[in-house]
Amino acid sequence: MSQAIEQPRIVKIRENVLKKNDILARELRKRFQEQQVYVVNIVSSPGSGKTTLLTEVLARLSQKFNVAALVGDLATENDAHRLEQSGAKVKQITTGTVCHLEAQMIEDSIKNWDLNQLDFLFIENVGNLVCPSSYDLGENLRVVLFSTTEGEDKPEKYPTIVNSADIAILTKIDLLEAVDFNKESFYQSIYQSRPNMKVFEVSAKKDIGINQWMDFLIEEKMKAFKKMEV
Amino acid sequence: MHELSIAYSLVQLAVETAEQNHLKKVEALRLKLGVFSGVVKEALEFSFDIATEGTIIEGARLIIDEIPLKIYCPQCEKEYVLKKPVPVKCPKCSIGTDQILEGKEIELYELVGG
Ligand SMILES: [Zn+2]
Repeated sequence: MSQAIEQPRIVKIRENVLKKNDILARELRKRFQEQQVYVVNIVSSPGSGKTTLLTEVLARLSQKFNVAALVGDLATENDAHRLEQSGAKVKQITTGTVCHLEAQMIEDSIKNWDLNQLDFLFIENVGNLVCPSSYDLGENLRVVLFSTTEGEDKPEKYPTIVNSADIAILTKIDLLEAVDFNKESFYQSIYQSRPNMKVFEVSAKKDIGINQWMDFLIEEKMKAFKKMEV
Repeated sequence: MHELSIAYSLVQLAVETAEQNHLKKVEALRLKLGVFSGVVKEALEFSFDIATEGTIIEGARLIIDEIPLKIYCPQCEKEYVLKKPVPVKCPKCSIGTDQILEGKEIELYELVGG
């Protein structure tokens, strides 16, 4: 083995830094597809009403489908416990200080699950609008959540996560007037990073828009697995 | 801050590549970082020093090339590089597009070593 001495060498690579996560996410996506599990990854800030909304949706979907949820919690939180009230199968992923979920955590969590028995899997990501954007979890749909109480200009502060998401949900729509929320500015703020993005306006408290979102999910699930059912 | 996680992934990839290519020492790494990668450049640079400690990459320089957003406009049927990441619109005809060709990458593309 002859090696050049003291000669600087340039090695060309062109490799994605998150390659391992991406490969694992691709494998997960394939497994979910084969077992016809529709996977929804939900990202938001803390306090945006994600857990309340999800508890409601899990409870309703559970009447017709087998539904499960994975919840990414920092060590100090416990959203999983609240979600269990829906009656759905819930598993907590305690991330410690890590501010996002990675594909490996998903794989570890579902290791002993019979995916064949499952129709929907919801992944509640760690509450934060920056870090989760870089990590593919093998989901079918990425949902970014905002609430009226966060102000209408929030989406433009987080263009990357908005762009990486497939749909958006605006929660606490019942508080629209109370918090003086400008809906038109909000939509502009969203469209800056994601033109014509589909947005659902919901209120878990006043039962607004939840069934519409649910119908959308059921429809998307049917579309995603249509070819396989023929 | 997820840049520390990214930095560890970067160092792991660089060490593996260096070993495969029989590099004894790595002087510099070149990274392409898209404006829509979700990674903050300064935070990554800071994390990089921590993540390299005790590896063969320790002391190497991290050179980050920021990659602007490149979109495809379906109306003009052309590609454009945007000066600013938002709004994600065609600079010519102002139509919005979700066809992003470049600007999301976190890509290690070169190692300089000996
Ligand atoms: Zn155009």
